Amino acid sequence: MGILNYLWIIPALPLLGSALNGLLGSKWPNKIVSVIAVGSTGLSFLAALEAVREFTHLAPENIPWVKQYFTWIVAGDFRAGFDLQIDHLTVVMLLVVTGVGWLIHIYSTGYMAHEGGYYRFFSYLNLFMFFMLILVLAANYVLLFVGWEGVGLSSYLLIGFSFLRKSAADAGKKAFIVNRIGDFGFMLGMFLLFRTFGTLDFVPLFAKATPMPADALGHLGMFTVACLLLFTGACGKSAQLPLYVWLPDAMEGPTPVSALIHAATMVTAGVYVVARSHILFTHAPTAMFVVAIIGCATAFFAATIGLVQTDIKRVLAYSTVSQLGYMFLACGVAAFSAGIFHLMTHAFFKALLFLASGSVIHAMGGEQDMQRMGGLSKKIRWTYLTMLTATLAITGFPPFAGFFSKDSILLSAYQSEHGGRILYAFGLLTALLTSFYMFRLIFLTFHGKPRYDAHKVHVHESPKSMLVPLVILAVLSLIGGWVAAPAFWGAPDYFAKFLEPTFAQSGSSSAEAAEATARALETPLAIVAVVTALLGFVVAVWLYLKQPGKPEQLAKSMRGAYNTLLHKYYVDEMYAALIVKPLLWLSTNVLWQAVDVGTIDAAVNGIAEGATDLGDGVRHTQSGNTRSYAVWVVIGALVIIAIIFWPYFRPATAGMVR
Amino acid sequence: MVPTHYYLILSAILFGLGVIAFIFRRNIITIFMSIELMLNAVNLAFIAFSRALNKLDGQVFVLFVIVVAAAEAAVGLGIIIVIARNRQSLNVERVDLLKL
Amino acid sequence: MNAPLIIFFALAAMCVTGAISLILQRHPIHSALSLIVVMVALAGLYLLMGAEFVAAVQIIVYGGAIMVLFIFVIMLLNAGVEERTNLSKLAGFAGIPLGVALMGFLAAAVARSQDMVQAAAQSGAPAPTKALANLLFQDFVYPFELTSFLILIAILGAVVLAQRENA
Repeated sequence: MGILNYLWIIPALPLLGSALNGLLGSKWPNKIVSVIAVGSTGLSFLAALEAVREFTHLAPENIPWVKQYFTWIVAGDFRAGFDLQIDHLTVVMLLVVTGVGWLIHIYSTGYMAHEGGYYRFFSYLNLFMFFMLILVLAANYVLLFVGWEGVGLSSYLLIGFSFLRKSAADAGKKAFIVNRIGDFGFMLGMFLLFRTFGTLDFVPLFAKATPMPADALGHLGMFTVACLLLFTGACGKSAQLPLYVWLPDAMEGPTPVSALIHAATMVTAGVYVVARSHILFTHAPTAMFVVAIIGCATAFFAATIGLVQTDIKRVLAYSTVSQLGYMFLACGVAAFSAGIFHLMTHAFFKALLFLASGSVIHAMGGEQDMQRMGGLSKKIRWTYLTMLTATLAITGFPPFAGFFSKDSILLSAYQSEHGGRILYAFGLLTALLTSFYMFRLIFLTFHGKPRYDAHKVHVHESPKSMLVPLVILAVLSLIGGWVAAPAFWGAPDYFAKFLEPTFAQSGSSSAEAAEATARALETPLAIVAVVTALLGFVVAVWLYLKQPGKPEQLAKSMRGAYNTLLHKYYVDEMYAALIVKPLLWLSTNVLWQAVDVGTIDAAVNGIAEGATDLGDGVRHTQSGNTRSYAVWVVIGALVIIAIIFWPYFRPATAGMVR
Repeated sequence: MVPTHYYLILSAILFGLGVIAFIFRRNIITIFMSIELMLNAVNLAFIAFSRALNKLDGQVFVLFVIVVAAAEAAVGLGIIIVIARNRQSLNVERVDLLKL
Repeated sequence: MNAPLIIFFALAAMCVTGAISLILQRHPIHSALSLIVVMVALAGLYLLMGAEFVAAVQIIVYGGAIMVLFIFVIMLLNAGVEERTNLSKLAGFAGIPLGVALMGFLAAAVARSQDMVQAAAQSGAPAPTKALANLLFQDFVYPFELTSFLILIAILGAVVLAQRENA
């Protein structure tokens, strides 16, 4: 058992890279920094591969494989250690994080080649990898939370990478603060779990929870409250309603950051937590219902906003929020493996979309507004082809990866007991909108007449370091879903089968019957999904290729709706007015003026002033006037005499010798 | 027979009057004299107790007090002369250089 | 009302009158003379109590030497009627009440504890000077020698202080 005993190597390698680059990298040339960063991530990926290989040879009773390295916290009966574990779910997450992460590191060497602070970027990126790996490898909630917070920190650092630009610094702060709100809920959930179970280690906690009775629907039992609190944290980290507002602003960061953190890995941490805690969630049907509703609503909501955005990265950001909604929808209807499957395929095609858009931006010399692009398909062929592949994947055209994952989610939603049909309807509608806006993006960017000044912008293809990861990801977007394909002709879905040992206890009770209906529904629903995607494609073709003036006409005629969507339903403004402004007022007027200045400062200064005033008063005794001194002497003598002769003045003690 | 406490009350009264004189008067020499008055009052108390306790130690102590008062008067008046030469005034309120 | 008591009250009245006169007189020479009256009255009281040696010493040393010294200094410095400055507010307002309070305190304390102080065993039997001398030169010989030392220092001090500075 080689590397399984040394699991800590997998997160430690990026940490080492981060430390080296961060502390010493400012003196080194870019080449050395790249070698260290890409090398450490690559080695981590190899170590992960080896760990997976060894894992497949483990006997079933050893799974989950937990290794305890050192005890971190001991307080009374509570123990939290630096414990790492591997089970089937971890394998999927590990490979996605290290694999996609490595490809993005390679891409970044090309993209950031001319940027200042090169070493700082890679240091932060490696730091992120370290924390993300801690998050997925953790064997208890406490260590997971360490990773959780750490990725939030790395996200802040990377979003605000060009911190001299105010919008970037503000976006970084916004991301961190909104995440913090979610983290608060997460912590409360952890406290509740500890209070109930006495431990926060996954294996013992889930073992204790499994035989306990589930909460009734609508009843706020312990499971429901804990799961809702954990889900609040997931909402913050994975940008669901109402805590999604940071993700679009996070596009201020460099594109590789958007690809790695805000598409493939960090934002999926919320889905991972829900999947990991599936035993708790299946004991709380109310919480599951809430998760499904919020996931579905977010998916639809974000898709509507993405329809009219003009910045290429913003469209992709809202698309990410929408797809994350799909993943939560899946978890909400107890189709956990479907949710994780979509997580994996989404990592492939969303990372590809972001990287390709970065390639476009690089080609256009920094331009991000789609309205000033157009006609680039022939000039940057590789970028165009890979981006098209990713678009086909995300819209759900077979045989690309997105088709299989989205299809299995919609199927599970359809079969769900509580309002499944409505969830399915909105999911389908969202798929239609997704197809429309993605192809809108393609057509605006790559087709039609060029809307930029060819003399000012010199369009050039990106270097190989950027193109190779694009191609690899494109291949994965094509074949990534094929592990689930056999479900169509009766053979088992290999992905779900792989994850079965992890999610076995949380299948719905009528597993057999559900299987049968699933088989029957699969093909019709798949056909409906493809038709919907085609519909979106056709509308996009009509509006953006055949009649280029039509979108503006539509925008003018539906001015109100258009403006609402363009301004993102004014949610940011609403938050600013309802929450930020009162909070600022409270901080300034109450906490600062009244408490800090008025009370604390006044008290401390008051004491000092009191001492000064006391001294000022007392100094008058030193007047230099002998007669005053004489009076003071007499007063002192009086006091002493009174003390000595006191017993003689009390009638009761007359006659008693003192 | 004169009870002892009559003498003691007289001693207290004389002592108090000495204190009042000390506070009330402004001439340095008069203040000095009030100190002598206070010492005398204390002497009276000593003799009274000596008689009450039938020991002679009180009287011996009175002798010592008188000797010390004499020495103190000599030196004190010397100081007063020097002050009077320096400040050109015998008003104790004019001797106020040691003030804050 | 027997004779010692009457004499006591007479002498006590003289003491108190002299003391009050010390306070109220404006010219220091008058205050000095009042103090001499007090000294003499006190000597009388000592005699009444039987301390004849002390009474004699009181008149000779206190009345004859110390007070004379005071009067010499008053004449030397040409002390006049004292001026009416009132720079000390504290003494002006609180001084006299405090002094009276002190007086009252002590007197009251004594009055309340009168049963504790035993009455004199003998009434004015004169104390033998011989016994006093024995006590002074046997038990108290050490303080006695020290007082002679003290007088020497006082003389030195007075001589040094009274010198004029060499101009």
